[in-house]
Order: sequence, then structure tokens, then C-alpha cells
Amino acid sequence: MSIDTINNDFADLFEQGKALLDDKSSKFMNTKREEAFEQFKKLGVPTLANENYKYTNLVPAFDHPYTVDLQYRTVMGDLNELFYCDVPELDTNLVLLSNGWYYNQNRKLEIPKGVIVCSLQEAAEKHSEIFEKHYGKYAKPNEEGLVALNTALAKDGVFIYVPKNVVVEKPIQVINLLRSDRDLMATQRNLIVIEENAQAKLIFCDHTLTHNKYLSNTVSEINVAKNAVFDLYTLQNQHLNATVLNSVFIRQEANSNVLSNTLSLYGGMIRNNHYTLFDGEYCENHTYGMYLMDRQQHVDNFTFADHAKPNCVSNEHFKGVMDDEATAAFTGKIHVRRDAQKTEAYQSNNNLLLSDTAVINSKPQLIIDADDVKCSHGATVGQMDDDALFYLRARGIHEEEARMMLMFAFAHEIIEKIRVEALKDRIDELVEKRLRGEISKCNTCAIACNR
Amino acid sequence: MLSIKNLHASINGKEILKGINLEIKPGEVHAIMGPNGAGKSTLASVLAGRELFDVTEGEVVFGGKDLLDLSPEDRAKEGIFLGFQYPIEIPGVSTVNFMKTAVNEHRKYKGLEPLKAADFLKLMRDKKALVEIDSKLTNRSVNEGFSGGEKKKNEIFQMAMLEPKLAVLDETDSGLDIDALRIVANGVNKLKTAENSTIVITHYQRLLDYIVPDVVHVLFDGRIVKTAGKELALELEEKGYDWIKEELVK
Repeated sequence: MSIDTINNDFADLFEQGKALLDDKSSKFMNTKREEAFEQFKKLGVPTLANENYKYTNLVPAFDHPYTVDLQYRTVMGDLNELFYCDVPELDTNLVLLSNGWYYNQNRKLEIPKGVIVCSLQEAAEKHSEIFEKHYGKYAKPNEEGLVALNTALAKDGVFIYVPKNVVVEKPIQVINLLRSDRDLMATQRNLIVIEENAQAKLIFCDHTLTHNKYLSNTVSEINVAKNAVFDLYTLQNQHLNATVLNSVFIRQEANSNVLSNTLSLYGGMIRNNHYTLFDGEYCENHTYGMYLMDRQQHVDNFTFADHAKPNCVSNEHFKGVMDDEATAAFTGKIHVRRDAQKTEAYQSNNNLLLSDTAVINSKPQLIIDADDVKCSHGATVGQMDDDALFYLRARGIHEEEARMMLMFAFAHEIIEKIRVEALKDRIDELVEKRLRGEISKCNTCAIACNR
Repeated sequence: MLSIKNLHASINGKEILKGINLEIKPGEVHAIMGPNGAGKSTLASVLAGRELFDVTEGEVVFGGKDLLDLSPEDRAKEGIFLGFQYPIEIPGVSTVNFMKTAVNEHRKYKGLEPLKAADFLKLMRDKKALVEIDSKLTNRSVNEGFSGGEKKKNEIFQMAMLEPKLAVLDETDSGLDIDALRIVANGVNKLKTAENSTIVITHYQRLLDYIVPDVVHVLFDGRIVKTAGKELALELEEKGYDWIKEELVK
């Protein structure tokens, strides 16, 4: 199937499914939907011809007769039961989504007064003032085909609102489950609004529960207002037959502090688009990522730090361990705009290649229009350090174990940036298991449950 | 304990060891001295099993086993300990985890159960006290950001943890000030028993003021050219290595 056929199929889906798409969505969403669809007709699904997608061919991922649910489908069984969690050291507010839809039987959360966690559909109606102030403002359909497609098809996702001065101590953990008896394309749209001086931590976990082929196209818009502190942890753990397209758009207002850490542990094809707009002075942003890929897995991290205002600091570090015939790409785009003086923007990408056939393409892209800035970038691709390996072996540690320790040490630099102690320990365990090959595909959320 | 016969080793086709013969009995301390480039560190590396070097001839028997047949990790578990001239920094690997893994691998090799967490911590505490190493070093990643002296101290700490039968200390004195040298040497002496042996590789005599050898060998151009008692070290200190070269020519 050619890309034109794929794009035309989406056009047919949109036109024929218009009534279902509009049903239960707010008028505002449906207006955005139509605008986005017009953009999608121009942009289409990104192809290799698009410079930003040079290393990720989406055509084979889209070239499949997926089922698309345009309406909420009743979930069989109780997902809460399936995900019942009793891990005292990691206490989170658990929110379940099924195939991109907010699960209608989610349990009541222990959240401070005024904090809203609900479905996007509900937010569009009940909290229209907040919703309409932010929805579609940061993820712009005219720049990115996947955003246009998402906005055109979006019906649901999670909505989180933290009002001014409120601190949500307990992390909110959103578990995105893909669970279908047919091959499925899911469209999920999230909106997170952190108001002035508020604080929250969000954990996204992606999981596939059945062996079907999946394609998920998710867009999250996040606005972090003045003086607010926000953590975003994204844990990707899908099976080899799953394609994850995950676009995150963060806008930071003055003095805000954001940490984002994307951990790609497993998946057939993963594409992360990570945009940060510095739209106020004295913002601080830490964007981290780690990918552990083997077999023929593919991961592509595309990041864009847009320094529009002066005196902000961005610090970006991605690390990857690649084995077998796995392929990875990293693009780190930094734009320091003309007035963004005193910007500090740092970026590095380090890769450990364990085989001769693994491939990594690393591309820093710095556009600096201001003259008083500090920027740096660096990329390394290396093999296991023989001296370190021998040192460990000379103490009696088996070669395989020594390799494990060094890989783990390499990855740990990213894990230790996690600002939730219990989550850090959990991820440490999970990464160690992953490196030891003890998890191949996870049927439950590994950081939530041991079951 | 250790018997080296006619050992030849080369790197990238260049022969470094040209027929080493050496016998070490339990409880003995041997010093190997010699000018730069004589092959001292190569000998240490070959004994520990570094694959960079090709052993082209000869045999090494350790505790009745053909050492050259064993992997580096198995040599360690048989009781060989190499104190590195340049200990490696390993960011992200904690010293605690490193030692716990190593100690338990040694125990497994001997058919013992892994140490319980509390017992392991007690062992760490005892050995830290023995070799006078600060907890702030052992709480960090292996050798990361350590000074030269701290790295050497950490080698002796690891040696204390693993209780080797034969310690090969490669230029343990290099980069040490006199206080660090004393602490390191004290550690080695405290670990000395009637059963275990030590090979001290050094360029200078001063370490041998603290670790007194039973036998001193001079390694020159890949061969042991002179063997005598501890007084040889003093003579070398005084006269340098040139007179040995001259003696060889005669």
C-alpha cells in the first residue's frame, strides 16, 4: 500500500465516520477536529521524505487493516481487579485507560480538593473554560501530520487539572492499556494543566495486554504555569508487534520547573516527539530518555527545545543500549530565538552498541539566533569498555554478569534522575530485569504490580 | 603455589615476555623489580588473564591447575588477585554492589551460599577498618573521582574482601605519597598469613621498606636476570639498573 492509499483511507474514515466522531465530543473539539482534518489532507502521515522522519519509516506500521473504535467500547471484566495494586513503597493514584479511552469504572482517587482527573470527553463539556483555553494550543496540527491525524480522530484520553498553589504529593499514574481481540489503531489525546505554583508528578505506562498488532497515536498537551513544578515519567513497554507514536508538547511559563524522563524498555517501533516551549523567563527543564533495544526493535526520539524567552535552562540527556539488529535514532533540536538571551541549553546522547549490526543515527540540530547563550551538544557511540570489563572479571565476576553490570551502570545515569525515590527503585529493578532478558513482554504494569 | 616455566607472551606480534621462570611457595613475598618496559606489568596482566596478550610458549601452574586454561574470573576465584597499576573508574557501579557480586561469586565457586545482607555489611565494615578506608569511598561508584591514593587503597580493600591466595600488586606504590604508601603497605602486611603469597611489582625500593620481600627478582627485557634476597633491592636503589645490564653483557 502506498502512502497515498493510507492517507485516502483516513480521509474516507473521517468522512464516513464523521457522525460517530462528533457524537459525544464537545462542539469545540469538533471544530478543532475539522480544522485538523484539513491540515491532515495537506500533511498526511509523515514519510521518509520528511527530514524529521528520515530514520523512521511509518508506512509499514500504518499499512495494515486496523480496527478503529470511534466510540467507547464496554470493557470486558474489571480492569481495576486486573490492576489491583498493593505495592506499599510506590503509592500512586492509578488511572486506567483502555485503547486510548478513559476507563469508565476508574476508582476514586486520593487527590487534593480542586484537582480534576477525568476523561477528556468529560472535561471538554464540564470544564470547558479550562479545556478551551488549552486544547489544541500547544500541539499544532499545521506542523505535524501525526498531530493533525490525532486531532482529527481524537475522542478521548486523560484530562488532569491541578489548580493554583495545590501540591499533589501522590504521583498520578496513568496506565494506557491496549487490549483488543482485533488488530487495533488507538488514538489518545491527553491534556494536562498545572496552574501557577502547583506541583504534580505524572507517570504514563504503556502496555499491551493481547498479542494483536497495535498502532497507537497519542498526543499530550501539557501547560505548566508560573512557578509550577511538574514531573513526567513515560514508561514504554509494548510487545514487538506494537507501534507507539507518542507526541508530547510542553509549554512552560516563567520560573516553572519540568522534568521529563522517557524510558523505552520494549516495543516494536517507538517514535517519541518531545517538544518543550520556553514561554516565560527563568524556566528550568530536564529532558531525559533511555532506550534498551534488541532484535529488530526500533526507537526514534525526536526532541525540540524551543527557547523563546530569555534566562531559561534546558538540559537534555538520552542514553541507549542497542543489541542485535535494533535501530535507533535521536534528533535533538534546540532553537534559541533572538530575544532569548542568557539561555543555557545542553544536550547529549550516548549509545552503547553491543553488536555489529545495531544501528544508531544521532543528530544534534542547534539553531541559535541570540548572541549571549551557553549551548553544548555531544553524541557518542561506543562499545563495552574492555578495561572495565576486565577489571570486574579480575575480581571473579563472570563475564556475562560483568557485562550486565556495565550496561546497567550505563543506563543508571538516566534512572537516577527520577525524582520519586520509590519509582526510581522500581525502575532500577525493571531495567535490570530487562537487561537480563527476564522480561520480554509485560502483561501487567511492571511498576505498579508484581502480579 | 605458583610455578611459571619458560613463559613467553606477546602483544600484536611483539614479544614482551621472553621465557620467565619463577617459583613461589606459600607464605612467600617476592618482589619483581626492573626498569620501565622490562615486562613487569605484562607479567601481572598475563597471570590475571588479560586477553590482550598472547601466551606463545610455556606453562603456569597455580595450586596444581593449569592457570592459562582458566578465564580471568576463574583465576580470581582460584585465588589470584591483581592489584591494578591503574584501577579503572566504573561510574554507575556501586562499590557495595561490585563487592557483593564478587564475594558471592567466590562463595558460589566454593559451593557456599551467598552471604546474607547483614553478614555482608559486617564483612565490609571489618575489612574497611582493617585497611583504613573511608566509608565515603566505598559508598560511591567504583573508583569514580578517587585520587590516585584512594584508588590504591580501594585495591587493598578489595583484596581484603576477597582473601586471595596469591596477590599480584602491580606498581601499588606509584602515585602514592608517604602516608598513603604506609596505609597501603600496612593493609598488605595485615592480610599476610603463612599460607598466602604476594608478588610485589615495583620500580622503586621504597615500598620494600614497608613490605619486606623474601626474594627479589630483577626483570629485564622479558627475562628474570637476577634473583637474590632483600638486600638486592637496596643495591638497585643505590646503583640503578645499569650495572645489571653491564653484568649481562659480560
